[in-house]
Amino acid sequence: MSVDAACFHCGLPVPEGAEFPLEIEGEVRTMCCRGCHAVAQAIVENGLQEYYRHRTAMPTTGQELIPSELSKLALYDHPEIQKSFVIENDPHIKQASLILEGITCAACVWLNERHLQQLPGVMAVQVNYGNHRARIIWDEREIQLSRILKEIQLLGYNAHPYNALQQEELRRKGRSRDIRRIAVTGLSAAQVMMLAVALYAGAALGMDQSTAQLLRYVSLVLTLPVFLYTAVPFYVSAWRAIKSRYLNMDVPVSLAIITAFFGSLWVTLLGDGVVYYDAITMFTLFLLSTRFLERNAREKSVEATENLLKLVPAMSLRLRDGMQEAIAVLDLAAGDIILVKPGEAVAADGEVVAGVSSVDEALLTGESHAVSKEIGDQVIAGSINLEGPLEVRVTGTGENTVLAGIVRLLDRAVAEKPRLAKLADQVAVRFTYVLLALTLVVALAWWWHEPGMVLEIVLAVLVVTCPCALSIAAPAAFAAAGSHLLKQGILLTRGHALETLAKVTHVVFDKTGTLTFGKPKLHQVLPFGELDPDACLRLAASLEQASEHPLAQSFLEQISKNELHLVTEAQNFPGKGVTGLIGGRRYTLGNRMLSTLTQAQAEPLLDVAPGATVVWLCDDSQVLAAFELSDELRPDAIALMEKLREQGLGISILSGDSNAAVEYFAGRLGITDCRGALRPEDKLSALKSLQATGAVVAMVGDGVNDAPVLAGADVSLAMGGGTQVARASSDIVLLSEKMLDISRALRAGQATLIVMRQNFAWAAGYNFLALPFAAMGYIPPWLAALGMSVSSLIVVLNALRLRQV
Amino acid sequence: MNSILIFLLVLAAFMVIVAAFGIFWAIRSGQFEDMEGPAQRILMDDDDPRIPRRRLREDKK
Repeated sequence: MSVDAACFHCGLPVPEGAEFPLEIEGEVRTMCCRGCHAVAQAIVENGLQEYYRHRTAMPTTGQELIPSELSKLALYDHPEIQKSFVIENDPHIKQASLILEGITCAACVWLNERHLQQLPGVMAVQVNYGNHRARIIWDEREIQLSRILKEIQLLGYNAHPYNALQQEELRRKGRSRDIRRIAVTGLSAAQVMMLAVALYAGAALGMDQSTAQLLRYVSLVLTLPVFLYTAVPFYVSAWRAIKSRYLNMDVPVSLAIITAFFGSLWVTLLGDGVVYYDAITMFTLFLLSTRFLERNAREKSVEATENLLKLVPAMSLRLRDGMQEAIAVLDLAAGDIILVKPGEAVAADGEVVAGVSSVDEALLTGESHAVSKEIGDQVIAGSINLEGPLEVRVTGTGENTVLAGIVRLLDRAVAEKPRLAKLADQVAVRFTYVLLALTLVVALAWWWHEPGMVLEIVLAVLVVTCPCALSIAAPAAFAAAGSHLLKQGILLTRGHALETLAKVTHVVFDKTGTLTFGKPKLHQVLPFGELDPDACLRLAASLEQASEHPLAQSFLEQISKNELHLVTEAQNFPGKGVTGLIGGRRYTLGNRMLSTLTQAQAEPLLDVAPGATVVWLCDDSQVLAAFELSDELRPDAIALMEKLREQGLGISILSGDSNAAVEYFAGRLGITDCRGALRPEDKLSALKSLQATGAVVAMVGDGVNDAPVLAGADVSLAMGGGTQVARASSDIVLLSEKMLDISRALRAGQATLIVMRQNFAWAAGYNFLALPFAAMGYIPPWLAALGMSVSSLIVVLNALRLRQV
Repeated sequence: MNSILIFLLVLAAFMVIVAAFGIFWAIRSGQFEDMEGPAQRILMDDDDPRIPRRRLREDKK
């Protein structure tokens, strides 16, 4: 099989030697891994293969279902836990909101809705393609929520219930109100403009005075809803600005609308002159629409960030008087004893009071290694318990937990604005002052020169120079690029990200979990005794059934379930390995420390890759085999390096792993600048010295050990599968985990900067050009409104070009 | 001349009111909540079993 073949399911290259064929719609397709194979099989078995015909984007790589993960879903059936996110419509009829991870195109929505609707007991499913959230109604007598979540996982997506917060309800209401305002303004503007055409034609060709008066009154009535209802947000904002003595764009806007309205009202009552109802409605319609679009784009990225951080409260089991009770992590108090089952994350910082196990602190170290824990040891919230159950006395909760830190980071991210957008705001404010002063001067000059023209001139100046285009120049470009990138699975969490991406000269990678998968994979079997490799592997996999260790998975995925031997008296030695009886013989599987046999054996001359883990299989008399497990390079990493070199960027690796391992991977990627065995602070200082040479650095990482470097880099990217803290402290999250997205993001950043500069040049140029003409009376108000609209429209359309990057 | 004009204006006003109520109803019934999904969904051919010709063929199997 050629290496270039792409996985039919997820589109990643199929690694050499991988054999996962599946017949789909009469053709044999190849998958890249067991995960994709399982997902594709589930899709075909449920008669949903049509998904493959309709999809327009590749889904994320399928994950294997881990039994312990699945059993965690059962917790969501617990009524105490459900209280926070489930609404009971009728007795037994329940409704919940879910966040769906992994939606890449409309076909994904179809796939989920279709499959869930087939399940008995599911009464309604509605997936919102815009924000990747689903509303689901089910009958709890027929189906449990955990089953629904499991079915979604089978299709290769991840679902998390979340608390449909008040905030979201507010957002939805605000949106409805905005649309209603736009609708009313649009209807009114269409009518008023129609009448305006008649009035202008009448003024040019001659019209009955009474007819003209009738048309004016009708226009007045039609403008009233706009003046009194839809334009109110501008007055409110302007009034707030005046009160705080910090003028904004809404001040001249409100001034223009109010002046135009009362001027026109005066003319209407007098019965002679020109009315500007058309300019009022058109102006309002355009402003409302642009603001609506901008707000939409912003909310979209907020929603995506919320999805990422999963708003559902994490839960834990509290032990009280010998009883277990499920409790939300937020309700835990210091001193509580919690039970952490194998495979679960530790809910709060604490001290082990019972049990022996090992935990994976990848969250904090970035490297997936088991650390053994005994009574008296400290455990950190977010680390994963691997082997035996642990009882932990809680020492830190609430504000002190990792979760709370993540939420704080999110708040910061949402509040931040891009530097260029801030600059544009400041310019717009100053421009507003100048504009108002200028309008006053122009008004006085015309008052002295020709009082009858004052109203028209003032209106023209206010409307034509409205700094709308200027103030949407940057947000429009960011919103267009942001929503385009989001569709590709690239989430921008910080405003400045795109801007800085454009200037990047150097890209620094972490190794474990970033360039590689961060999960050990069985690479080779080295038999020592009489048994052949397959037999050894079967023995090893059988023994590993008893273990929760991450390495166990890499054995089990090599062997199908029914080939496993029956193991009795299995025993787990946390941090060392497992032993058990198979067919009456005792076997041990673990590291060198586990068996005296391996300790006695001199280090054999093994041909193992640097950084690989070696696991030994022994029976009671001899060493049977050694297994080499090592991390694997992400398949598209090499292609990415080529792209980055094409773009003329410097590439480095900074890793906490051993020098040998780092050099091995760097060699395969053709990277010369690599450093290993670095602690987080070493990484940061290496980064700083790179920045000192004038480089603008983009850092790509995934672990918490990367968090300081991610924060120190000019712009940082985190893998979507990485730890939450890394995701929250980075500027960009690669949800799809595809390496080539990095070069795509870099390109998008450059394109955004170009578009933004064009927009600024256009908006500023237009305003300065139009101002003198309006002041001299060459631009009637209707033309001014049109000019303002067209100018803003050009800015928006120019920004939309970014969707094709 | 003015009477026909008044008639047309009243007619227009009536139509505007009807349109406004139509849009308000659409907003309230949630039709603006997902602006992209339904547009894409219409393209999915998931009604195969409902097409009589196909059903016949399946029955024969």
